[in-house]
Amino acid sequence: MPFDVYLNVAVSGLLTGLVYGLMALGLSVIFGVIRVVNFAHGEMMSIAMFLAVVLFSAFHLDPLIMMVPIAAVLFAFGYALQSGLINPFITRPEHSQFLLLVAVGIIIVNVLLIVFGPDARTVQTAYGFDSFQIGPLIVDAAKVYAGAAAVLFAALLFAFFRFTRVGAAIRACADNHTGALVVGLNVERLYALTFGIGAACVGAAGAMMTLIVDVTPMIGPTYTLLAFVIVITGGLGSMAGALLGGLLIGLTEALAGLIFTPSAKSMFAFGILVLVLLFRPQGLLGKRAA
Amino acid sequence: MAARLLAGLPRRAVIALALVVGALVVAPWIVNDYLITVLILILYLAFTGQAWNIMMGFAGQLSLGHALYAGLGAYIAAALFTRYGVGPWVGVLLAMPVAAACGAIIGFLAFRFGVAGVYFAILTIAFAEFARIGFDHLAIVNAAAGLFLPVAQYTHNDLWRLRGDPTMFYYVILAATLAVLALCRILRQSRIGYFWLAIREDEEAARAAGIATFRYKMYAVMISAAVTSFAGVFYAFFYNNLFPEQVFNISQSIQMILGPIIGGVGTLFGPILGAFVLTGLAESLTAALTACGVDLPGAEQVFYGVCLLFVVGALPEGIWPWLSRRCGIAERTA
Repeated sequence: MPFDVYLNVAVSGLLTGLVYGLMALGLSVIFGVIRVVNFAHGEMMSIAMFLAVVLFSAFHLDPLIMMVPIAAVLFAFGYALQSGLINPFITRPEHSQFLLLVAVGIIIVNVLLIVFGPDARTVQTAYGFDSFQIGPLIVDAAKVYAGAAAVLFAALLFAFFRFTRVGAAIRACADNHTGALVVGLNVERLYALTFGIGAACVGAAGAMMTLIVDVTPMIGPTYTLLAFVIVITGGLGSMAGALLGGLLIGLTEALAGLIFTPSAKSMFAFGILVLVLLFRPQGLLGKRAA
Repeated sequence: MAARLLAGLPRRAVIALALVVGALVVAPWIVNDYLITVLILILYLAFTGQAWNIMMGFAGQLSLGHALYAGLGAYIAAALFTRYGVGPWVGVLLAMPVAAACGAIIGFLAFRFGVAGVYFAILTIAFAEFARIGFDHLAIVNAAAGLFLPVAQYTHNDLWRLRGDPTMFYYVILAATLAVLALCRILRQSRIGYFWLAIREDEEAARAAGIATFRYKMYAVMISAAVTSFAGVFYAFFYNNLFPEQVFNISQSIQMILGPIIGGVGTLFGPILGAFVLTGLAESLTAALTACGVDLPGAEQVFYGVCLLFVVGALPEGIWPWLSRRCGIAERTA
């Protein structure tokens, strides 16, 4: 196979990886602050994907623009979920939280199944078949737009945590839960806000993802697992790590699909996860817990 | 032996246990074939839940990848049977050490490198997913096309080759469930069981008290894996078809652990109770929705999810600890 085939596949994998990264960023933010593993993460993304598909097929609204209102809807969903259901569980053991979120996931998958049926849905935008050519490189326009939007969204999130007072307060909760309570932060509200932000990430990522893949109600669990792989590879709680992990897994999947067979691609992602867990358990960019 | 197993249980609990076991033994004469199949599923989940509970409930190591061990057991026994005509009981003898070895590898890697808590749970998922995709491409077991055991109308039950009618399978899984219950009781009351409890409650304190925590955590994973692989062998011979996409799927792992979590993690009877409650719930939801004329795929799953939310919200320790206190049949706490 000529070299530029590999190059094309690699670039395409990296662009998909940016969207993966944004999805995983949501999971990482939630775990980093609330210390709850969101086992319904992929299911939440499938809600966003269906919203994007419905908005597109009913009103011809572009998913890239609709990602803003969709992220807002998911934010509200995440906020309500955390303040209504998860807050009482933050001191419960892990398996109890796990069960709670698995139940939420089961409900989401099956409500989507009832509403939309089992068939795959897709978005056919006007630029769906466009591509950019740079030298020997040909890249899908849709993937370029999606990747750029993911970077933009992630940058906004970095800025929010870095430069706003609320962002600093959330970081304080993550650093020291008791300390945050002592200085008078409303931790439960900040947790709800954080879960909402994580959900907004996955909402935006879901809207972009409809440009790349088809959506069915059953894809939720697959993306939950993928988000875990990415976040742990990059380092749970590290925002830059989630993006790096996304790029790495996107690249791995694309190349494994080309060199071996597409159905085996996630095996390599899991292989990377195992290696990372064994040799750098804190993840590529994570800090080792004291 | 029996007296030692029952020692320490309140008299009411012993009577209740005897009644339940008696009812299960005579069940095939009373209920129809459909209910026997449901009971087999319940006991299968009670068995796997019990096996998982050894690792999580006793030793505090959260595994979310137990489908790996069941799947290995299923594939080893089924491959030996279909390719070489080797019976399932010989298959069990091979499946158990292989599953235990896999558990040992995962445990060794995780415990040596300090992978714990959520990270350990996700490592177990990763290995199970690895196996799922690997078996999906493994030609020797027909890859994704699936492995099928020959099915025929059996005139008599062949216990040695595990070919026969559902009633035979029912008694096999009932005996296995009772055996693993006894095993758990013995483990729980032995030295190793107390070491596990110490590790579960506070690993550093346990190590400070001189317990070889690494070794005992390894024992927990290996025993749990070996016991689970037996359930896999049973699964293969009862359902007669195996697809990597099904047997190694994370949903299998989740199904195995819902029972013990709902029933009560770390208790002896919780996994059994949880299996009865959850499968009973799922089956009655299906029946109720059919009776109401609702034909929505997914509707019963939504109710099921809501019930899970309700139970885990209302009874954080699970149903068994609450129920046994109310009925005065709680085990004397060690």
